[in-house]
Amino acid sequence: MEFFSQGLQGLIDGLLTGGVYAMIGAGMSLIFGVMRVVNFGHGDFVILGMYAAFASNQYLKLDPYVSLLVVLPLAFVFGFVLHRAILAKLLGANDQTTKLATLGLGLIATNLVLLQFGTEPKTVYTEYATNAWRIPLFGLELRISEVRFYAVIITALLIFGLNMMLYRTELGRAIRATAQNRLGAELQGVDTKKIYAIVYGIGVVLAAAAGVLLLPLLSATPTLGSVFTNKSFVVTILGGLGSLPGAIGGGLILGVVESLGSSLFPLMNSHFGANYRDAYGLIIFLIVLLFRPEGLFGRTVKRV
Amino acid sequence: MTNQLPLLEVRDLDIAYGDVQVVFAMNMVVGQQELVGLVGGNGSGKSTILRAVSGMLKPKRGSILLQGQEISGISPHQLTDLGVAHVPMGRQLFPAMSVEENLEMGAYLKRSKANKKQNLEKVYAFFPRLLEKRKLFAGSLSGGEQQMIAIGRALMSEPTILLMDEPSLGLAPKVVQEVMQVIHSLRTLHLTVLLVEQNVRQVLKITDRAYVLEHGKLVIEGQSQGLLENDAVKRAYLGL
Repeated sequence: MEFFSQGLQGLIDGLLTGGVYAMIGAGMSLIFGVMRVVNFGHGDFVILGMYAAFASNQYLKLDPYVSLLVVLPLAFVFGFVLHRAILAKLLGANDQTTKLATLGLGLIATNLVLLQFGTEPKTVYTEYATNAWRIPLFGLELRISEVRFYAVIITALLIFGLNMMLYRTELGRAIRATAQNRLGAELQGVDTKKIYAIVYGIGVVLAAAAGVLLLPLLSATPTLGSVFTNKSFVVTILGGLGSLPGAIGGGLILGVVESLGSSLFPLMNSHFGANYRDAYGLIIFLIVLLFRPEGLFGRTVKRV
Repeated sequence: MTNQLPLLEVRDLDIAYGDVQVVFAMNMVVGQQELVGLVGGNGSGKSTILRAVSGMLKPKRGSILLQGQEISGISPHQLTDLGVAHVPMGRQLFPAMSVEENLEMGAYLKRSKANKKQNLEKVYAFFPRLLEKRKLFAGSLSGGEQQMIAIGRALMSEPTILLMDEPSLGLAPKVVQEVMQVIHSLRTLHLTVLLVEQNVRQVLKITDRAYVLEHGKLVIEGQSQGLLENDAVKRAYLGL
């Protein structure tokens, strides 16, 4: 009975956390899908989001959720300018150069945070952080953490908004056109360099939003960046690089696997506990790479 | 005033890829509503000239004038705004968008956005087959149909001049004939067209005038009809 109840609880926690992973992955996937750039600094932008929310809580006394209204526009401008000033200069350069540049940008971001805030983990105190709704179900009691629930709702709204933008607006169509054929888009009058900068901005917004939403759950540490970069790799590879629905699926799967792994394995074997949380995700990652290298929902799109 | 000027003029154009010069002192004029061919064998530099005209590369020397205005060095998306539409080599469609979305992308800029609906109808009237398949992914259509999308998309931008780069490339001979007929019938739309092609005979049949290139140099130019009967051209390109 305990196994079953823990399992169901793990599933719910996993889906809630997975939603946030999905958003991190969606940003990375969008950047890759449109400009074929693997954004090695992606996790560091999550950290930037966390610290931005922490700072606005500290100095402006803003609730983390309210701070989204400040942090997200800033994140967009930051990403846009970063692309214009640095990554746009590397268009046409080889893959390694761009990878190193995104990696370097991430390192700079992390270290700036380190300089400003130090190595000590930072937490934001909110009254609702430990609140949870208790839902009785078939004689079991399931807990739904409020913060995780809000995180998932906001994530869903952001991803829904992104999808509407991509499929219902002129800008979205220009982004999709640029992704499918840059030269073709340029010849229709699309300023593809500007599209790239906008897409990079959106990617940074999604990463930073995830950071803000995670802040009430985790304490912010500057060095967590690589952990999130790894997670976004896992998410995008699980779902297939460049696919938005794939990133959502991949994020949910990763969340559930981590959560089930860390809540169920200790019941069976005391050696494998919650400490192995990250490893469970990577194991799934390896299995998928072995058997479906194009990702679970991936398909190879032929270019005309 | 602008009517006296040629629509497009290329003067003393030198183009090089790094140290290797591929086009030498090219001169060319395209008048209003003319259908002009730019032909030559593989590596003769004809596509390179077109790429320079559409802003995809910067010439080493010389000038490219659109209605008297210098346009060399302007980026492709700005040129589109000046009325230069390019049907590029390999078509460069958006494979995972519907036929209709591909066409609508042609009216991306302000200059043609207002008339998008009417222009879409005109394109469908011109290519009824695209109307039938308007909901399908562009990538799922045949080569000839894709070429029609590329031409239709260019028409959507209300161009003052249409540049076409090797529209017959990779198409079956029968489809090539069909595409050439389409280009010929563009005349009814009072368009100005510069057509770059390897298929010399076909081009000379449908164009008003043509320039023949060899190794980056202009070897002969004139009325297409005359060139078809020219002995040197016959020997070199028509296999007669």
